[in-house]
Amino acid sequence: MSKRYEIRFSGAGGQGLILAGVIMAEAASIYEGLQAVQSQSYGPEARGGSSKSEVIISDGPIDYPKATIVDALLALTQEAADKYSVDLKEGGVLLIDSELVTKQPKGNFKVVSFPITSTAKNEVGREIVTNIVALGAMVALTGMITRENAEKAVLARVPEAFLELNKKAFNIGYEKALAAQA
Amino acid sequence: MGKKVAFLQGNEAAAHGALYAGCNFFAGYPITPSTEVAEVLSAELPKIGGKFIQMEDEIGAMAALLGGALAGSKALTSTSGPGLSLKQELIGYGCIAEIPCVIYNVMRGGPSTGMPTGPSQSDVMCAKWGTHGDHPAICLVPASVQETYEEVIRAFNLSEKYRTPVMVMPDEIVAHMRERIVFPEKGEIEVIDRKAPTVPPEQYKPYDTSFGDVPPLAAFGSEYRFHVTGLNKMQDGFPTTKAAVVQEEEERQVRKVEGNVDDIVKFEEYLLDDAEIVVVAFGSTSRSARYAVNEARTEGIKAGLFRIITYWPFPEKQLLALAQRGVKAFITPEMNLGMTHGLVKGCTEGKAPVLGIFRVDGEPINPGQILDKMKEVK
Repeated sequence: MSKRYEIRFSGAGGQGLILAGVIMAEAASIYEGLQAVQSQSYGPEARGGSSKSEVIISDGPIDYPKATIVDALLALTQEAADKYSVDLKEGGVLLIDSELVTKQPKGNFKVVSFPITSTAKNEVGREIVTNIVALGAMVALTGMITRENAEKAVLARVPEAFLELNKKAFNIGYEKALAAQA
Repeated sequence: MGKKVAFLQGNEAAAHGALYAGCNFFAGYPITPSTEVAEVLSAELPKIGGKFIQMEDEIGAMAALLGGALAGSKALTSTSGPGLSLKQELIGYGCIAEIPCVIYNVMRGGPSTGMPTGPSQSDVMCAKWGTHGDHPAICLVPASVQETYEEVIRAFNLSEKYRTPVMVMPDEIVAHMRERIVFPEKGEIEVIDRKAPTVPPEQYKPYDTSFGDVPPLAAFGSEYRFHVTGLNKMQDGFPTTKAAVVQEEEERQVRKVEGNVDDIVKFEEYLLDDAEIVVVAFGSTSRSARYAVNEARTEGIKAGLFRIITYWPFPEKQLLALAQRGVKAFITPEMNLGMTHGLVKGCTEGKAPVLGIFRVDGEPINPGQILDKMKEVK
């Protein structure tokens, strides 16, 4: 059977998690030549409420499109961290926003943390790119997709006027995760 | 040159499939989780000279759909459970007046407003029995983004060929998940158009069975003038209560579908040759089932999957044949409280036990649940 790698982006509605998952999956499927399925679940609210986006990446056909045992988890709220860290695989990786998730979940997984939202706001310049900062970090931590291919996927998704902003967000996220992991 | 590929949602693929099939009219009313179909077509249809109309509600949308289709368009609407309920009166009208059109319904939790963003498979009975009276029913249940694209094309083809409304019903997971899709070239997939009249306007009758069970349909509003009604009708389209005519017409309408099941019923058999346990599943649940079957095989359990692609007409003959060949058990995982379970029990005539896995909590049935059920089979 083919190997599955499962990634979950979780937090609140409005944080751009679904788009982050879509870009990750596009990078894998279109640019990296792997198979990928992206799915999501969210509440009826436009903002707030819980939101999650899942990406399964594999070298073969993907049957079950949802996560079973998560290899890599992003949590942008305390609620998401508490609720989903139990699904993490032993040896998996959890990325959290250090300012939004103050109680670190414990388990047989690696925790990487940095102030993701603040980084977007203060270092990139716009809070709205929090998801792209997080995506850059997840690309670095999962190692499933090359940095170049992921960046291509990001840039293919954003309007012309915001290319530089998103490029910066992606790369800062990527670097910060590597630094935080060390 | 390579084929065009994209990474799309099931709903987006449905819209593109419709365009491939020649859809040039959409009437609808937005509803989660089907809105992306309308979103794509509102942008694409004007580019090809087609028409997109957002109506005041779902019944209005169904009325516009029938009007557009009758006037010669290839027409699509998209909706979800609550909208499907509202459309039912006019779906029946489409059946009796024999108007080809496609209804794309994404299954979310129900009844009523239910769970708008949660997946479900509980509209399958509504696809057949939602509107009252005896009538033909065709319902297709795709399981992937690629298949959603292709089944929407097939839905148009079947509706045109048999001159009847056809439904496509993905569950919310299939409709909203994104996968890679490879677009077929023009001409690669057959596109069928309705039979046009071969007689001059003054001789035309809209239900003229001398041309067979599926009479040619002229475009309403053209030089072919005819009467359309929801009442039982004669060959010229005018109402009748004449017993023999009504009986024959009702039977013919149902026969259009029931007499052509081999052309309409589509399914996939996976590892069934030596299977002792047969999982009968459709939509996203069939993907869990395939995963579970693969797992089971590694553990030495002889499991297989019968994947339903055409839900109506139901693949009764194929399932009965499997039961007669001898299987230890059927398992029906589904995101409802046993709709398929009852149908499988009915058509397999008690020759093997049918075990159900039913889930209506807005969560998908996972492979582990199916594997556990397989292990209950003695």
